[in-house]
Amino acid sequence: MTDCSSCPAHAPLAQMDLDVSRFDYVVALAGNPNTGKSTVFNALTGLKQHTGNWPGKTVTRAEGGYTYAGRRYKLVDLPGTYSLLSASQDEEIARDFILFGQPDCTIVVVDATCLERNLNLALQVLEISDRVVVCVNLMDEARRKGLEVDVRSLSRDLGAPAVPTAARTGEGLRQLLTTVADVIEGRLTTAPHRVRGNDELQRAVAQLLPLIEHAAPDLPNARWVAMRLLDGDHRVRQALLNGELAAIAQRQREAVQRFSRKMALEGTQ
Amino acid sequence: MTARPAPPPASPAEALLARADELRAALTGNFRDQLVQALYEDAETIARRAVKPVGARRRDWDQALDRLVTSPLFGLPLMLALLAVVFWLTVVGANYPSQLIATALFWVEGQASALFEAWGVPGWATGFIWHGTFRGLAWVVSVMLPPMAIFFPCFTILEDLGYLPRVAFNLDWLFKRAGAHGKQAIAMSMGFGCNAAGVIATRTIDSPRERLIALLTNNFVPCNGRFPTLIMLATVFVAAAFPPAFASVAAAGSVVMVVVIGVLFTLVVSALLSRTVLKGEASAFTLELPPYRRPNIGRILYTSFIDRTIFVLWRAVQTAAPAGAAIWVLGNVFVGGESLAQHAANFLNPPGQAIGLDGVILLAYVIAIPANEIVVPTMLMVYMGAGMMTADAPSFEALRALLIVQHGWTMLTAVNLMLFSLLHNPCATTILTMWKETRSLKWTTLGALMPLGIAFLVTFVTATAARLLGWA
Repeated sequence: MTDCSSCPAHAPLAQMDLDVSRFDYVVALAGNPNTGKSTVFNALTGLKQHTGNWPGKTVTRAEGGYTYAGRRYKLVDLPGTYSLLSASQDEEIARDFILFGQPDCTIVVVDATCLERNLNLALQVLEISDRVVVCVNLMDEARRKGLEVDVRSLSRDLGAPAVPTAARTGEGLRQLLTTVADVIEGRLTTAPHRVRGNDELQRAVAQLLPLIEHAAPDLPNARWVAMRLLDGDHRVRQALLNGELAAIAQRQREAVQRFSRKMALEGTQ
Repeated sequence: MTARPAPPPASPAEALLARADELRAALTGNFRDQLVQALYEDAETIARRAVKPVGARRRDWDQALDRLVTSPLFGLPLMLALLAVVFWLTVVGANYPSQLIATALFWVEGQASALFEAWGVPGWATGFIWHGTFRGLAWVVSVMLPPMAIFFPCFTILEDLGYLPRVAFNLDWLFKRAGAHGKQAIAMSMGFGCNAAGVIATRTIDSPRERLIALLTNNFVPCNGRFPTLIMLATVFVAAAFPPAFASVAAAGSVVMVVVIGVLFTLVVSALLSRTVLKGEASAFTLELPPYRRPNIGRILYTSFIDRTIFVLWRAVQTAAPAGAAIWVLGNVFVGGESLAQHAANFLNPPGQAIGLDGVILLAYVIAIPANEIVVPTMLMVYMGAGMMTADAPSFEALRALLIVQHGWTMLTAVNLMLFSLLHNPCATTILTMWKETRSLKWTTLGALMPLGIAFLVTFVTATAARLLGWA
């Protein structure tokens, strides 16, 4: 097992005031406000952060940890947001963490009783990262309301595993942990759904892609960067100019190399 | 004629940005709108395929409840009534356990000090530890603990039920009229718990102008640290001024009044700010009304008892002990025949009297800047520490006797103290949080001094009016 603090993949996390020593993996917890995100966080970490029934309870980042199958996970609870596109501080905290913090996996908690509105954020996270697990929470409330959520159809359409849970009673949480471990350790591969948009939008994105490849090679989320640049996102422009984005790609390459070396050495995984 | 130098070769990143700007300018529609539309379309398709309604939909009682709770006619009165019931329960329920705790703690003081004397411990040490510090703490615990143990669980039930977003919904139009953001109502509701938390909660407001307004005015709602003071004053003074049958109702009503005044000041000051230093239009936003959820009793007891009651009490005890020591020194170091505490109180007495309070109360507010929780304990310790010890067990009755008989408090003192407690400067933690959130000396200073100025102004006006009318 490697010590996380020393590996370059986690260097930016340390910059974000996150203590990553003593942990093997970093998992981010994103989701709309009031989807029971904090309840999931408490159930997984055993912490007793207060969960209030109102949107905007978590405006700062809460951190905790858990151990699963011999690996130590650091769980970071991001502010609840409806989207990652606007300029309010909570959305920026969430967006920056997923993009620049490069967590090993991001859990998006969605509310089973109003899936459509919640998927908006899930789709945005899937644009940024391909290591995503969708936690379909409040299944008990959905059942009470007479709604049935077909998780397999959801997984297929999103191109990422979806796990049904009811965090208040603990239902489905074990499955969630297994799935997160499987995604991080490569036993489950994802093929994230990417938003296409109309023809004009697609053409503009296609024209930018080769230029992005030239400026920051091998970026895992080049399409998303293209869309942010077309929207005139200042933070992404700045990250491109000061080399932050190129560094992300570089770290990804190193992580992949390290992983294949490890597989060759251990012969398993 | 000089040749123009060739432009430096653009880096790949600069070339990319230039091209992105070109493409953005060439788009026929707004890119953001197109993207958001694409996102919504995909979300809708995926959700429609995944979600199936099964069986008959049960009667939607929560929508019916929402129609009542957020109705333009009943929404606000219902809110005030709920608040009044919570305070009433607190006032009625707190009296008896309060006396019980006081009797027990005073018994401990008597036994312990007798034991100290038997061991031959010097008299000044026994006095300092048991009759000074411990007695101060006994007052804090017996007067503050029972109201908190009733008030906080009630408040947590409303919070976990999902009532607070409805409060925000009911107040939204008022904030809009004040030129502020509707989400300020949520930050304000958070302020009832803790103003520092309320200041942090303003992060959800994306317009910097409206966020500053919310941040600067959060202090005008009383926090957990100040509610016990308000409830105690209401119980000791307001309740006593009414016949016993109405006493508790009057006390609860007066705390509701204070809260309403606080909300009014929030709105008026927000309106003034948005018309002067922070000019602008109110922006629109979406407020989600979450489903009502059955509160989890274990969780409520845990949150309200450990996170709130013990937290506030511990903060009070922690700061009350050093404050007790400081007061003991102030009360026992004599310069020119008078103790330092008397000098300070004498110095603060003219401004204190002008606003219907006295020098000791103002001194208590100065000492209590780190935490509002200890205003009352500090005040009591200064009153008692300056050679004015009371031997009675701490009960609401004894407190009345101490303040009215020995120190000449009147109804004006009580009312103005409630107003001053509501409006004065935020505690050190909140000021620090303002600084962390704004990184601006200017706004932090304004956030600290503006409420203080308003508190002095308002209490001066009420005191002067009361005196002119011959009420005090």
